[in-house]
Amino acid sequence: MLQQLGQLPMGWLLIALIAVFGSAAFFLGRTRAERLLETSIGRMHSRPNYHGYYVAMCTVVPVLLIAVAYAIFADDLTRSQLTRELPSSFDRLSAPELQSYLDSVRMAAGTAASSGADRVFQAITNRYLELRGFVNAATLVLLGALAAIGIFWSQSRLRPDFRARALVENGMQLVLFLCAGVAIATTAGIVFSLLYESLLFFQKVSAWDFLTGTRWNAQTNAEFGALPLFFGTFMIALIAMLVAAPIGLFSAIFLSEYASPKARGWIKPVLEILAGIPTVVYGFFALLVVAPAVRQLAIWINELIIQVGLSSEPVLAAQPTSALAAGLVMGIMVIPFVSSLSDDVINAVPQTLRDAAYALGATKSETVKQVVVPAALPGIIAALLLAVSRAIGETMIVVMAAGKSARISMDPTSDLTTITVQIVSLMTGETGFDDPKTLSAFALGLVLFAVTLAFNVVALRVVKKYREKYD
Amino acid sequence: MTDKARSPITSAAAAKHLKRRRAADGRFRYYGLTAILTALGALAVLAVSIGSQALSAATYNVVRYDITLDPAVVAPEGKSRPADISRNVEGFYSLIRDNLLDTFPEAQEDRVLRRELSDFVTRLAVLPTARLVAKNPELIGSQITVTAPLNDDLDLYLKGGGVRERKIRTGLIASVQAGAEGTYALQGAGAFDKLIAGLTVAGEGRATDAVQMDVLLTSGASTGRLTSITPGAATMELLTGKAEDFTNDRPTARIILSPESERTISDRQIAWTLALKDMGRIKREPRWTLLTNSDSTYPELAGGLSAIVGSLLTMLVTALVAMPIGVLAAVYLEEFAPRNRVTEFIEVNINNLAAVPSIVFGLLGAALYINFLGMPRSAPLVGGLVLALMTFPVVIIASRAALKAVPPSVRSGALAVGASQMQTVFHHVVPLAAPGILTGAILGMARALGETAPLLLIGMVAFVGDVPKSPMDESTVMPVLIFSWSNNAERSWEPLTAAMIVILLAFLLLMNGLVVFLRRKYERRW
Repeated sequence: MLQQLGQLPMGWLLIALIAVFGSAAFFLGRTRAERLLETSIGRMHSRPNYHGYYVAMCTVVPVLLIAVAYAIFADDLTRSQLTRELPSSFDRLSAPELQSYLDSVRMAAGTAASSGADRVFQAITNRYLELRGFVNAATLVLLGALAAIGIFWSQSRLRPDFRARALVENGMQLVLFLCAGVAIATTAGIVFSLLYESLLFFQKVSAWDFLTGTRWNAQTNAEFGALPLFFGTFMIALIAMLVAAPIGLFSAIFLSEYASPKARGWIKPVLEILAGIPTVVYGFFALLVVAPAVRQLAIWINELIIQVGLSSEPVLAAQPTSALAAGLVMGIMVIPFVSSLSDDVINAVPQTLRDAAYALGATKSETVKQVVVPAALPGIIAALLLAVSRAIGETMIVVMAAGKSARISMDPTSDLTTITVQIVSLMTGETGFDDPKTLSAFALGLVLFAVTLAFNVVALRVVKKYREKYD
Repeated sequence: MTDKARSPITSAAAAKHLKRRRAADGRFRYYGLTAILTALGALAVLAVSIGSQALSAATYNVVRYDITLDPAVVAPEGKSRPADISRNVEGFYSLIRDNLLDTFPEAQEDRVLRRELSDFVTRLAVLPTARLVAKNPELIGSQITVTAPLNDDLDLYLKGGGVRERKIRTGLIASVQAGAEGTYALQGAGAFDKLIAGLTVAGEGRATDAVQMDVLLTSGASTGRLTSITPGAATMELLTGKAEDFTNDRPTARIILSPESERTISDRQIAWTLALKDMGRIKREPRWTLLTNSDSTYPELAGGLSAIVGSLLTMLVTALVAMPIGVLAAVYLEEFAPRNRVTEFIEVNINNLAAVPSIVFGLLGAALYINFLGMPRSAPLVGGLVLALMTFPVVIIASRAALKAVPPSVRSGALAVGASQMQTVFHHVVPLAAPGILTGAILGMARALGETAPLLLIGMVAFVGDVPKSPMDESTVMPVLIFSWSNNAERSWEPLTAAMIVILLAFLLLMNGLVVFLRRKYERRW
């Protein structure tokens, strides 16, 4: 019996129960309020629907809390009890081994097909199901009791002068506030998880070695000197910005100062397509088209240099994946981030400034160069900063086209690795969460988060200040 | 310039200076134009390169086999239940292989050749047939026509990729005489002049008499490899078919520029493919399997169905979590929040979250959902929750803009007739802002649909052969499938990856089209 209870699809059951309890409570509350409306002499403070909402609220909130608690704790509870009951022969298993053993027990319990396994395993699986069934049954009983109490207590409070609407609206406002609070919770979650895992990492590897070491070999030798990764990230972002800054800026100037409204009307959305293309598509493009082209070019330059006699051996590395290829494609991706925001700030420059320049006899380009751009400079810098932050945090293009070797090399045709590439390769392996390899990914993530956050905060502040100036 | 006398510029130096300034003005405009054209050009190159690759994967070559469903092979004693039949891959495969061996008897005795011929079909390609027979057992014993996709390398060859070759039509062959060990002497006055000229060009003058590149000679369903060539005669090693086919014919010669050792397909396989094509048994069909099959290790069988379903499930979770939270948070911030420190802090947080690199959300998901809460790896539920954290700031920002656009007079009017603030907001303001909120939410979802990096960190990169049925099943999503396929070494994955990209972009286009439609239809200016 308990074992069968252990196999209940609790997720769906809980959702269904919440829906049933909620709607039942609502209708009970509303009918009761309607009856009050018929029998009472004066007017009611709130309309019957609000009484219904009130009863539903009093019922669903405790039930929901129980359901969430079940989702978080049920498995842990069952496991810890099961671990206590395990025969002493399991004592020599290490913690991860025990974890994976219990995982397989849970899997077997979930599928209920334990044929072929040994007797001990089967007995443990059955015991797991029993315990789980007990937890499930207890949860369901508690849930039903709380729902019943909620319905009866809240119904007993309904009176013609009961301020149901005010209470419901206060509850609603709390829900709204909590939703807005998710933003804080997310940031806190990011900071906390990155800091926590990073601190675990820095207990094993000193932070100073991590930030200044020049040898990165996390996969094989447990060498965690991240300087080559910082260098690679910087180098590729630099190449990207060398592409995106001039193209984006000149595009923005052309669109806002020279283009006819009609041309602007279709060029701008087309440019923004570049921002909407998934980065994995850019990565494939880099891999398929740009990287081979860069390699061919590098080989050609090598041959040219040798022919001219400047050098007797190849100068450029000409590798199949290269920093240049990744940087070029990333630059294309970043163009709309530069052009769009720059376009906005250039448009925000008051026309009077331009007219004044024209009145002094300046040509259009002189006006742009000496009046408009300086006036829009803070905004343009903010756009560039946001673009840099985007380039530093970009992952798929570099994972696919930049290579994996951690080195410090000024040659753009050699393959470099970046922070994001290493995070991906460290986290996609089959290593546990206590492994320094995995932890180092979080330390890298912390650096990445801190750097991009700094860029973003500065950029957003500049934009805000700038807006205030001309508004 | 016609009115020089009235021009304010009098000195030659000033005129020169003005000319220079005007030239600079023109140049500056030209820079802007160049920048825009460069950006648009890059987009065009991207579109064309991926589009052309995808086009080649839009169709594929299938081979027709007429096989007799021998009960002893298909449903042997004790294995005749439908479930056994549908799993009897080996049996069905042997029928198809025997059919090929009957067509090309030269491969029957030689083990190497048998293997080369077996490569034409992958074992798993017979699965649809096996399932069909399992469902209709009355077919057993009858003759049916089966189509199975051609091996991916040969498919690529027929599409003109993978192997570089030049085709040259030879002159009339007058006679064919059998020589030793399956070789034949072909003769025809001046029949091979053009071929030799072609070889000279292809070999850059090196190979004139001795054949260093493989030259295949095809006539109808028969193909041979030339071992020596002179203008009027050649020796041919017959690969498949009958030597008589070449008499009184002008066969086609194929100069294959890469040596056999550097290719994934052999001369013999090319010969067989050409023969099957000549027999009309190879047909190029639209590749619907791209949408109906799941992932496979064989490119000719691989499809994106499991990833598409995985993406939809993930998006469902994201939408269910991010949209309510985002909209409600926006309503709070725009309509209820007092101007204080907490509100300001929330706003700063939202703006920063929208700019945090996506991979950081992946790290958060791995630490929070998988390590701390013990949720399953590779599940759309976890992927959807991670993407929801990424998407809801976007939804908030868009929803706030939409709410801000609703004029205050609407609020004043509702409040004036006695509605509470909550009633004002939910009965009047939010419905009016709904189209704007919806478009913002759809745009956020489109961004989430194309997101790859955070999903890699929570293990959605695993190979998934089954279509996920619930958000808790192991699954992958379209962008991650694109990433995995692009990692595969074989060349025939390239067009497939491009085709998958086109499918993903089609989904994104659909969502953006919906946004444009909603804006056109419902947007109102106050």
